Amino acid sequence: MHIEKIRSDFPELKQKVNGNPLVYFDNAATALKPLQVIESVSNYYSDYNSNVHRAGHKMSALATTGYENARSKVAEFINAASPDEIVFTKGTTESINLLASIFENSILKDGDEIVLTQMEHHSNIVPWVALKEKLNLNIKIIDIDEKGQLLIDNIDDLWSEKTKVLSISHSSNVLGTINPVKELIALANKKGIITIVDGAQAIVHTGVDVRQLDCDFYCFSGHKLYSPMGIGVLYGKKELLETLPTYQKGGGMINKVTFDHVTYNVLPYKYEAGTPNVGGAIGLGEAIDYISSIGLDKIFNYEKELLNYATKKIIEIEGIKIFGNAEDKDPIISFEVEGVHNYDLGAILDQFGIAIRTGHHCAQPLMKKLCVTGTSRISFSFYNTKEEIDYFIEKINIAIKMLR
Amino acid sequence: MTIKEKEQELIEDFELFEDWMDKYNYIIELGKGINALQEEEKNEKNLVNGCTSQVWLLAEMKDGKVYYRADSDALIPKGIAALLVKLYSGNSPKDIMEHDPVFIKETGLEQHLSPNRANGLASMINKIKSYAGYYSKSIN
Repeated sequence: MHIEKIRSDFPELKQKVNGNPLVYFDNAATALKPLQVIESVSNYYSDYNSNVHRAGHKMSALATTGYENARSKVAEFINAASPDEIVFTKGTTESINLLASIFENSILKDGDEIVLTQMEHHSNIVPWVALKEKLNLNIKIIDIDEKGQLLIDNIDDLWSEKTKVLSISHSSNVLGTINPVKELIALANKKGIITIVDGAQAIVHTGVDVRQLDCDFYCFSGHKLYSPMGIGVLYGKKELLETLPTYQKGGGMINKVTFDHVTYNVLPYKYEAGTPNVGGAIGLGEAIDYISSIGLDKIFNYEKELLNYATKKIIEIEGIKIFGNAEDKDPIISFEVEGVHNYDLGAILDQFGIAIRTGHHCAQPLMKKLCVTGTSRISFSFYNTKEEIDYFIEKINIAIKMLR
Repeated sequence: MTIKEKEQELIEDFELFEDWMDKYNYIIELGKGINALQEEEKNEKNLVNGCTSQVWLLAEMKDGKVYYRADSDALIPKGIAALLVKLYSGNSPKDIMEHDPVFIKETGLEQHLSPNRANGLASMINKIKSYAGYYSKSIN
């Protein structure tokens, strides 16, 4: 991997903060974009922007091809059986909200049970809690151990005949833990429980094969995967999605409309109401091409190197505590320094040009479990370097001296 | 002293520092210098919303002047709160409500602590003014 060449693909890396070069360690929040992706979106808008599926003219044909090619690329990227199983959404949050909405009174009825985990992001908690209030659902939680790994030995005690849905993150945005999703899905499938995977983090750092996982639904966002914001994916098994009710209503998702009655379109259009984010989808397709051309295995191995290097250096800091020490992790390190508030640490590091994330990371129940109000978090991508990690260690030690 | 005079003094204090680290160290020291609130005072009612750390702000009125007290679990917000307490305490509700803070720009703090960043600076100023607003009603 030619790191310098890769870094030169990302224009934002040229930015300076307070006179210092940007050290971007907030990739779990959103990734930087390579010029190739930026240009693919810009080119769409300058050269062939048009509404899709709806018109018979040349520009529309080009736009439609661009959009549907992106869909095919996503299908191939996650090994879906067909592009019909790829629904474009705004992101992971919308994907999960879509499912919660269409499950209401179809899959999930009054008094049913769903299973989540202690480490979920709010986007995979709030839609279910809101539904719980409507349908009197019972939400069961898979707990975690001190390493931040799911406790699944007694999972059979957790679910019952009333359990209809299991919705879990593939990996944690706080702890970095990569969960044994394949194993859990197999157990759930035996019981006829519908499985949803929140893959927002994992899709970026792990190869995802939805047929190998055998999950019913897989959700992720484009913007963490080097693509524009406002585009995301809901993968769903065709046989299942075909039977479920529609979500948003309007143009594009219909077949015939009168004031009395509507018939709906086939998959995936059934779930894509209105004018889609064509530019976003094209950007996502380009991002998939970009990282595939570098080599996914190369990327994943390099990120593991960065994670190991950073972990080794960070544990030498006096008073440091790392949250999440699972065997298998995404390149994310959440930590706190004794006697120092995360906010202050983040503020000082920012002055040095280092972007980290501090706070509850949209995982308040997890924070409560860890007995903290927030943590500091550094998260890497394949354009980060060991030199940046060294710089971070040097500056965090200065910050700690100022703040203790 | 009027708020404007106190603000001028504040701006002059910061002029002594060229380095951002010195400015931050000064803010941190200011924070360490204020009296912490009692545990019961660190409640929901006194919490300043819009901060990623926790900041509590109290006010009381004495002889037509408003006096503030503040605390935070993080040092930099605590220092900023201390700075604002120093600036606004002991002035009338009317003067507090009418004051337009220019020190953020004049001290050069804007590029480090602009109200857009999640340090709650704007929220703290809002709460200070809203306390003043509340007290100005009780005068009339």
